[in-house]
Amino acid sequence: MVNPSAHLSEKLFDHDVPKVATRNGYGEGLVEAGKKNSSVVVLCADLTESTRSEYFQKAFPDRFIEVGVAEQNMASLAAGMALAGKIPFISSYAAFSPGRNNEQIRTTIALNDVNVKIGGAHGGLSVGPDGATHQALEDIALMRVLPNMRVIVPCDALEAKKATMAAAEILGPVYLRFAREATPVMTTESTPFRFGKAEVFAEGKDVTIVAAGPVLHEALLASRELMKEGISAEVLNCHTVKPLDSETIAGSAKKTGAVVTVEEHQVAGGLGGAVAEMLGLLHPVPMEFIGVHDKFGESGTSLELWEAFGLTHSHIMEAAKKAIQRK
Amino acid sequence: MQKQYSFRELEILANTVRQDIIEMLVEAKSGHSAGPLGMADIFTALYFSVLNHDPKNPDWQARDRLILSNGHICPVRYAAMAETAYFPKEELKTLRKFGSRLQGHPERKRLPGVETTSGPLGSGLSQASGMAYVGKYIDKADWRVYCLMSDGEQECGQTWEAAMFAGKNRLDNLVGILDRNNIQIDGFTEDIMPLEPLRQKYEAFNWHVIEIDGHNMEEIIDACSEAQNIHQKPTLILSHTTPGKGVSFMENKFEWHGKPPKPEEAKLALQELRTLGGKITSGHE
Repeated sequence: MVNPSAHLSEKLFDHDVPKVATRNGYGEGLVEAGKKNSSVVVLCADLTESTRSEYFQKAFPDRFIEVGVAEQNMASLAAGMALAGKIPFISSYAAFSPGRNNEQIRTTIALNDVNVKIGGAHGGLSVGPDGATHQALEDIALMRVLPNMRVIVPCDALEAKKATMAAAEILGPVYLRFAREATPVMTTESTPFRFGKAEVFAEGKDVTIVAAGPVLHEALLASRELMKEGISAEVLNCHTVKPLDSETIAGSAKKTGAVVTVEEHQVAGGLGGAVAEMLGLLHPVPMEFIGVHDKFGESGTSLELWEAFGLTHSHIMEAAKKAIQRK
Repeated sequence: MQKQYSFRELEILANTVRQDIIEMLVEAKSGHSAGPLGMADIFTALYFSVLNHDPKNPDWQARDRLILSNGHICPVRYAAMAETAYFPKEELKTLRKFGSRLQGHPERKRLPGVETTSGPLGSGLSQASGMAYVGKYIDKADWRVYCLMSDGEQECGQTWEAAMFAGKNRLDNLVGILDRNNIQIDGFTEDIMPLEPLRQKYEAFNWHVIEIDGHNMEEIIDACSEAQNIHQKPTLILSHTTPGKGVSFMENKFEWHGKPPKPEEAKLALQELRTLGGKITSGHE
């Protein structure tokens, strides 16, 4: 049952639920952060329009820096700018940043512990037709293992905007993951967004579904369908993958006794891995993992790929039932 | 106001820095010898003469920034920092040891004044360019950025990404100092991966290039002054140096790139440097 205090959209399950890409929220969040703090600067590696950095470029041309197709340089330039007192956001596709420039992020941003924000667009399979080269499925894992790094995976455009603004307020490195496709706007202005805090989007007692990113909508659809079969599923929006909100997640696992994780990313090293590591320590329960299992993506529409890789609500329902059976 | 040193005084200080390096390395039992010795004159010139800095206030907003891209030659930086009283000289002996602020490769958060964390080659010029961009275009500040690089790291693609960025943005507050000592860990640079013509390469990226003898104090200081009067271009000081400079059995030997002297070798090296130190009279005066 949808949690009323999450203040989710009334159109959540409607056919005509408004759809906006999370990358748009990033662009809007950059502009808001830029208005609030003149130290915010944005760098982009030749993907200004598609990362929506162009919103910031138009609003603050003097604080926008085009670096060309040079993601490694971009990461370290940003480190230098942060050392000179700025709050740089670096924008590219996640496959390239933090993909290609991983070492530069590790050394010059994370170990250096400087105030750089990494905006990785086109994360996940939903990039679609571009195919495996451009479908980042390991970016969360790459960022999650770096000390000092925080990882946020917003579920919709509105949350992406809030997350981007929140990242500007955090002192230190943050990775923000966005997606290309327009996806349902599940939240409203009133939906709480607290960095590091998972939000209960649906309350339940039989199984906990922990999801991050736009695929959270599939988790909510699954919980609604499960309800019709008499299964009550709790759905957590785990937008902050690091630091993980162990209190909320383990608390829910204690209550339900079974957990399913849902993500558009490799399960190994991703949200699934993170939740399993934490529950293994605090409260082991049967778990099932919805996500990509050691495979690269391929061309196709977003929906075709989600279906083929088993990320849609019917797969989540099956996983939930399996986890419950294993109690 | 910083004290003004004569060229002779600087040469003597550089000799002391070299002795510090040998003493640190023999104590550490690991680390790089050739590069630090080769850059002792340049680091001495920077810390004692060129840089506008305050060792008692390493985070002073208006300071010049010195980025060491090839972090592995950090013993020379640590020695120059200790000689300018950033920290007590005794601490030099802690190099590479557990709990030390003097990490095997420098870390910003451990030692005030190192500006940034470095070691993996090829990312210093990017960081320096980022700082210089902020200084020139956003903060419109007077401080300058110096970036020390090795010749080996000219093989990194990222170095050229940064060179392109600095050239495009006409970062005239940025000075790259390239330690052209012709060696890297696997051998001579021109055998490993030919780098020449370096001058023309940087010029083609819209840099002003000055070539100097990296052991000549006057040339080092003059080049840094010349760079201050170059507008609309970053400057590269292509500094020809002798790896292992000052210790005859280490000079020009790539085998000394990545190892420290053994105690008996250190004794010989120190003897040679002390004898040499006594002979410094300087032809500049």
